[in-house]
Amino acid sequence: MHIDHLVKMTNEIATFFASESTPADAPREVASHLTKFWDPRMRREIIAYGQQGGAGLSDLARSAVKLLVLPAPR
Amino acid sequence: MYAIGYHDAGTPASVSTKSVRVEIDGQSLQVPEGTSIMRAASAAGVSVPKLCATDTLKSFGSCRLCLVEIEGRKGYPASCTTQVADGMKIRTQSPKLSELRHGVMELYISDHPLDCVTCPANGHCELQNMAEVCGVTETRYGLAGERHAGLEKDQTNPYFVFDPNMCIACSRCVRACDETQGTLALTMAGRGFESQISASQGQDFIDSECVSCGACVEACPTAALSETTIAVQGQPTRSVATTCAYCGVGCSFKAEIKDGPKGAEVVRMAPNRDGHANHGHACVKGRFAFGYATHPDRVTRPMIRKRISDPWREVSWDEAIGYAAQEFKRIQAEHGKYSVGGITSSRCTNEETFLVQKLVRAAFANNNVDTCARVCHSPTGYGLKHTLGESAGTQEFDSVMQADVIMVIGANPTEGHPVFASQMKRRLRQGAKLIILDPRAIGLVRAPHIEADYHLQLRPGTNVALINALAHVVVTEGLTRDDYITERCEAASYAKWKKFIADPANSPEQTEAATGVPAALVRAAARLYAGADNGAIYYGLGVTEHSQGSTMVMGIANLAMATGNLGRAGVGVSPLRGQNNVQGACDMGSFPHEFSGYRHVSDATVRGLFESAWHVPLESEPGLRIPNMFDAALDGSFRGMYIQGEDLAQSDPNTNHVVAALTALECLVVQDLFLNETAKYAHVFLPGSSFLEKDGTFTNAERRISRVRKAIEPLAGLQDWEVTMKLSKALGYEMNYRHPSEIMDEIARLTPTFTGVSYEKLDRLGSIQWPCNDAAPDGTPTMHVSQFVRGKGKFYVTEYVPTDERTSSRYPLILTTGRVLSQYNVGAQTRRTANNRWHDEDRLEIHPHDAESRGIREGDWTGISSRAGDTVMRATLTERVQPGVVYTTFHFPESGANVVTTDNSDWATNCPEYKVTAVQVALVSQPDTWRARSKAARQRPRVTETQ
Repeated sequence: MHIDHLVKMTNEIATFFASESTPADAPREVASHLTKFWDPRMRREIIAYGQQGGAGLSDLARSAVKLLVLPAPR
Repeated sequence: MYAIGYHDAGTPASVSTKSVRVEIDGQSLQVPEGTSIMRAASAAGVSVPKLCATDTLKSFGSCRLCLVEIEGRKGYPASCTTQVADGMKIRTQSPKLSELRHGVMELYISDHPLDCVTCPANGHCELQNMAEVCGVTETRYGLAGERHAGLEKDQTNPYFVFDPNMCIACSRCVRACDETQGTLALTMAGRGFESQISASQGQDFIDSECVSCGACVEACPTAALSETTIAVQGQPTRSVATTCAYCGVGCSFKAEIKDGPKGAEVVRMAPNRDGHANHGHACVKGRFAFGYATHPDRVTRPMIRKRISDPWREVSWDEAIGYAAQEFKRIQAEHGKYSVGGITSSRCTNEETFLVQKLVRAAFANNNVDTCARVCHSPTGYGLKHTLGESAGTQEFDSVMQADVIMVIGANPTEGHPVFASQMKRRLRQGAKLIILDPRAIGLVRAPHIEADYHLQLRPGTNVALINALAHVVVTEGLTRDDYITERCEAASYAKWKKFIADPANSPEQTEAATGVPAALVRAAARLYAGADNGAIYYGLGVTEHSQGSTMVMGIANLAMATGNLGRAGVGVSPLRGQNNVQGACDMGSFPHEFSGYRHVSDATVRGLFESAWHVPLESEPGLRIPNMFDAALDGSFRGMYIQGEDLAQSDPNTNHVVAALTALECLVVQDLFLNETAKYAHVFLPGSSFLEKDGTFTNAERRISRVRKAIEPLAGLQDWEVTMKLSKALGYEMNYRHPSEIMDEIARLTPTFTGVSYEKLDRLGSIQWPCNDAAPDGTPTMHVSQFVRGKGKFYVTEYVPTDERTSSRYPLILTTGRVLSQYNVGAQTRRTANNRWHDEDRLEIHPHDAESRGIREGDWTGISSRAGDTVMRATLTERVQPGVVYTTFHFPESGANVVTTDNSDWATNCPEYKVTAVQVALVSQPDTWRARSKAARQRPRVTETQ
């Protein structure tokens, strides 16, 4: 997957929840959206990217990615 | 000519709830107040002779054939224009009435060709029938007088002929164009003997304003207007009720058939007057453009090839299915079970769609299934589910007849949903107000007897700013329905949204710079909508196909909730679905994250239900969406794809990216009617079956499930659902349905909103709007009546975020896309019909100012460049588009409209942002290299070996 594309999508999701949710809830909302709608391979890639520093991810997106649970290997 | 077997009651039904008792020819009966004598007689089983009356049109009273006698009254009133009164005693037969009718008929016959035997209407001609009923076999006036004979036929329309020699000047065609279609293209020119039907200002039909809906042809009592197919093929002898396979209106039709030596042939499609979505109306596509089903381009033999550079090889069904299954199994063995997936089709039936997603989940054992709704209305599902609780429109089409203010956002009903547009125009002519939010001046902005009260001509990509501005006015000017909100919506979400929307940043004055819409217009439109007793919102892809598509859908729902415009007839939020079964494909569990009925795959209880029914463990994680599949194909983690009835290479954005992904696949199986653009990259081609060749159901934009019934045998021998069953069996997961009704039974067992649906009930009721279950056994025309499906309606904060797709000095114009009446989607069907007479290429609409500064004149070839690619089209100069905006359609593959669209997408659903692409347009002298390549590819030989 193109990591730039995943970063862009994560940031766009974060932008919505930044205004829709409270600062306390927003990371969880973003993480929930990613868990509900993203294939595990996409989540694995963004988690790995976040662990490498997550350059390009907004602060909220980076916080949300940290909350993601690594999907079971398959 | 009426549909076969149709009994015409003469005048429309009265809607009165009061009844009166009358006596007709000695027979006593009760009928609704306001009923015409003619219709009351029909209810009593008495057919009053008539020519100018038909029950889809208001009574006219011109032919003087339906005269009756009323006890206690003088004269012989026309029964079509005279209403019954309580206690009225009517005679429809008497010596005097017979004498009068005989005289009238003699006059008609004296000026009519007597070539009944060779006439295409022979046996179905109302004039012929009335002559027989009135006992007229000859006329006292002879044939020597002046007659309408020798007049030239108008054969310019490819679908029907106008023969003025046959015309009896009953005006039924003129009235059908006015009342049914609402185009007002026809008129009765001249007076007295000179009276003659005229299209526009005496033009040929093809050059006139006529939109070829065919309402006039159906209304004509003679052969003055008659289908060309009847002249060529002869009259049909039987009919099968089915549902149109074009747009999301889902019109009901009678496929009229003639059985011949080559088997059953469809002669014409007659709109079903009992059809709940269309009430007997049709458009140029549904009524006439069905010839693609038997077009020579149909591929009817399965084909395979090892590499996409190889020629196709025709093989048996078993070999093709076996090869496809073997390849999918090999790929999964080598690259894991998540390396393959499938695409369901919004053009196929619910049952076929259900089977494809079942194949993916049960036979592929993953959730990599998606549908073309991804690229059109996926934001509708997300936005309406979150705010209201259900991923569907809230109304039935008939609801529009009770709307006082209609807001049309990003939709072009007269082109995309023409039959519903006719109904909407009828309501507008009755006085409903109209607000249009669209970057382009669509047809509804100004049409005969219709003019939008407000056209908010926003810049593409600023929808959310504009809906917020409308809501800002509603909130800050105290136009909210606080009692409704308190009772029906979440208080906390409303308080948060109210604070957000009241912020001056959302005011019309502040957003004007972004939207380009004058603040005063926004304020006036908001007041009009909020002040209506019934305000109804209809929207299309101009809402969803944006980077903020889901946000905009939520914004629309916010506005409707704030003004109390949900939960009854006349109001609501209604997405106008593009394809015939977009709603159904979504309902059937085509998305990678949910089962049928919009239930997430992670829900263990729901998953358990399906596992028990399907006897296989199911995946709990969401699968790949279409754009994700393309990305995964390019990174090597996705290598096999089964596509039923979709043309991703033409319909999806950023064609170069799509083609690269398709080319990377090791096994692409395409099941379709034609070798479409996607099939160029396929390894297996499985012939599809058209809607005329199969049984099933479609679900239209108003959640209405309607039967599709087989009219002719499948050209390739199998219906699409049978092909999917074979493939699944070859993959090792057997399905054993004997008929699509058994698939629907399974859907009903597994889907709470479909619990009460069955083919038996569909046959009995005609159609059913889901939810249909114990709580609503006959279906649900209006949703959210006593409360929202989610309980309390939820307001969402909808902050406007400008798209990343910005204009620049290099790409200074914004390209937006749409469709035309005569073509449908990627054009695979309509391009193979005479509809090309109206539109045979995609053109770039450009404002004269933008054209002048580039030296572009009408018809010039222009090069269109974006950050994604380049293509060429000829230019049309028009003020329909505003300066700075250009527009095109995407019906023809050679125009490559999607070569220039980008892969920006909706934040929530990945629906592509088709509607906003920054481009530059320049005058060019010849088609570009992309087009040359595309043309070369299409000309590759397709078959060299046959079995």
